[in-house]
Amino acid sequence: MNFEFSDEQIAMKDEVRKLLDKENSLKRNRTILEGEEKFDKELWDSLVAMGLTAVTIPEEFGGIGMGYLELCVIAEELGRAIAPVPYSSSVYLATTAILNCANDEIKKEFLPKLASGEIIGTFAHAESSGFPLEKSINCNFSSGKISGTKAAVPDADIADFAIVSAKNSAGVGLYLIDLNDESVEISSLDTFDPSRSHGNIDIKDASARELISDGWLEIEKILDQSAVLFSFEQIGGAEAAMNMAKDYAQGRYAFGRSIASFQAIKHKIADMYISLQLARSNCYFGAWALSNEASELPTAAATARVSATKAFYECSKENIQTHGGMGATWEFDCHLFYRRSRLLASNIGSQGVWKEKLISSIEKSNLQI
Amino acid sequence: MDFNDTPEEAKFRKESSEWLKENFEKFDNEKSSSDKSAKSSAEPSKTSQDESKALELAKKWQTIKYDAGWACLHWPKDYGGRDATPIERVIWSQEESKYSIPGGFFEIGQGMAGPVMMMYATEEQKKEHLPPMAKGEKIWCQLFSEPGAGSDLAGIKTKAELDGDTWTINGQKVWTSGAHYSDWGILVTRSDFDAPKHKGLTYFFLDMKSPGIEIRPIKQINGGANFNEVYFTDVKIPDSQRLGDVGDGWRVALTTLMNERLAVGDASGVDFKEIFELAKENDFYGEPAVKNSAVREKLADWYCEYSGLKNTKMRRISALSKGETPGPEASITKIVSANKLQDIANFGMDILDQAGINSEGNLKYHGSLLGAPLIRIAGGTDEILRNIIAEQVLGMPQDVRLDKNVPFNEIPTGEKSN
Repeated sequence: MNFEFSDEQIAMKDEVRKLLDKENSLKRNRTILEGEEKFDKELWDSLVAMGLTAVTIPEEFGGIGMGYLELCVIAEELGRAIAPVPYSSSVYLATTAILNCANDEIKKEFLPKLASGEIIGTFAHAESSGFPLEKSINCNFSSGKISGTKAAVPDADIADFAIVSAKNSAGVGLYLIDLNDESVEISSLDTFDPSRSHGNIDIKDASARELISDGWLEIEKILDQSAVLFSFEQIGGAEAAMNMAKDYAQGRYAFGRSIASFQAIKHKIADMYISLQLARSNCYFGAWALSNEASELPTAAATARVSATKAFYECSKENIQTHGGMGATWEFDCHLFYRRSRLLASNIGSQGVWKEKLISSIEKSNLQI
Repeated sequence: MDFNDTPEEAKFRKESSEWLKENFEKFDNEKSSSDKSAKSSAEPSKTSQDESKALELAKKWQTIKYDAGWACLHWPKDYGGRDATPIERVIWSQEESKYSIPGGFFEIGQGMAGPVMMMYATEEQKKEHLPPMAKGEKIWCQLFSEPGAGSDLAGIKTKAELDGDTWTINGQKVWTSGAHYSDWGILVTRSDFDAPKHKGLTYFFLDMKSPGIEIRPIKQINGGANFNEVYFTDVKIPDSQRLGDVGDGWRVALTTLMNERLAVGDASGVDFKEIFELAKENDFYGEPAVKNSAVREKLADWYCEYSGLKNTKMRRISALSKGETPGPEASITKIVSANKLQDIANFGMDILDQAGINSEGNLKYHGSLLGAPLIRIAGGTDEILRNIIAEQVLGMPQDVRLDKNVPFNEIPTGEKSN
């Protein structure tokens, strides 16, 4: 058996990490957090130049035709670097939606531009507070037009197009809309983690191209697939926060010794490690299920997602605690991880939602676990 | 990523499973019906008859394995093993775990005493002691902890004095699993009370039938009595049975403890599958408990731990399969599984509600709830394991020690002097 990433995948991970280190990603996160820019265009261009937006896109559509395992290692590094770029929206979600559901015409038109970074996409699903269910989708599609609103959409004010869920006579489908269309109004939001931009989308009779009409199962699948990738991003962030806490504790002296020699601190960091290892192992199983299109995907994705969300929350909050008062200052980077941990925990559905998905999928799988 | 065996692994798995199928069925059929009710030592035996029955069965099965070359697979053939690779050992235990194998008696010998003997005993001693250990003919115990030295093992006070070629041992050990049925033991003593704590220790192996050894069982909270107090009064050990140098016993003890931590795996008892089934079968406020959102949330948390441990084990096996040394992530196993066991057992009792108090039919939950505290302590407490993760895995510094470089007999003990 082989339950590890390949040497090539690990080499790719190292390359991405080197790039993000060189670009000083934490500093870039802070620049976006504090400034007016919506995302770090320069960093995004470097990622594009490395081919990272083309990973899962087949060669016939201008991509490099690698798989989801490569995407998992990239996600982990972007998470570690809390990179201020629209990668998850454009690559995990919009690209996957097109790959899964679109016809050849749409694929030919959009995939090469997504691969080359010429355009950025996003995925607009939630409409108000609470996780959307099939019956709660109010966005409406008829006669080639969509009307309705989508709430707190990641990168809405960055992306060129959005894949939107909307109800129709057959059920809930997925549609592609041009975000530069006059009938689409986007209002940027002040958010918990301003290093990643979000906006509300108000759609009034905008032209829409159909990916799939009766697509609820496909929507669930796209969420499951992206959940694995979000989970890798979360463990990357969790590990960075844990290491930050450990390094600070070792250098900080109090009561005549390094605070890392106190059991209260050691045990706290050991607990971060435990929660991180459980999440990492679950993420690996998620990666296996994702890349093999296994029937275990719904359970594996939810398991990875729930444990990675927990790990990042624990590591990022206890990192602040380990830093003491300095951890609670704007100047220290602890809050960048804390903010990102909460943001990622909210994107694609919160902890309660994924716990419910997990138990439902175990019930459905008849305990073949 | 894949979960497939390599061709060599598949061949070895086939060989293992075929041998097990044929021989375990034969062994199982030959058991009398009273034998079949015997428990493994992992469960508390209600009577010593139960225990000796289980021991007899375990020895019988171990001998069958040994004779066919399936005992202590990773040991050298010369000492009763098979020269198997680490991954072959994993495959064997995966296949063997499909059967309800009698066992639980040989782990301390084969997992801890054996490796230490291999490192420190003479060739002659190895040839004499290792094969009977592998065969299950001789059972070994570990005489380490004392009333005043548990997590702080180096604080032991059992005294060893050398006269000519013979050591005389006086003192008391405690928490010695299986001392009452053991033939041999590994023992750490203090041979120098003036040296600093870690420098005055000396390590031996000895015959548990030696004159002057008295064994008293300790009844545990789960009703079992697998642990013992062992008293030493002028017990003689020949110097030839010393392992390592005089005063270098701490180093030998650490080797043993490292093997112990590798040997301590999942806490056995109720797990996710049991609590999930229980929640389906029992009502809570007029609907099956599994439909209740508070119950579902807990189930999800336990599933994540259950699956996280399972997949952590897979990462370990994957490394072994590639011939690599597994990473340190397995150090989380006992701490997570023992706490999960306790919480699941406790929640099971909540689901059963008032009726759960009745032992009849609910022994699984009662047993796990009463057994979990022992597991959280044995083989390294939760707290010691957190220290180990912090120090050995994450490279954080040791706690400040007030007893370092102080002569042992000047270290405060909290005992009142007369």
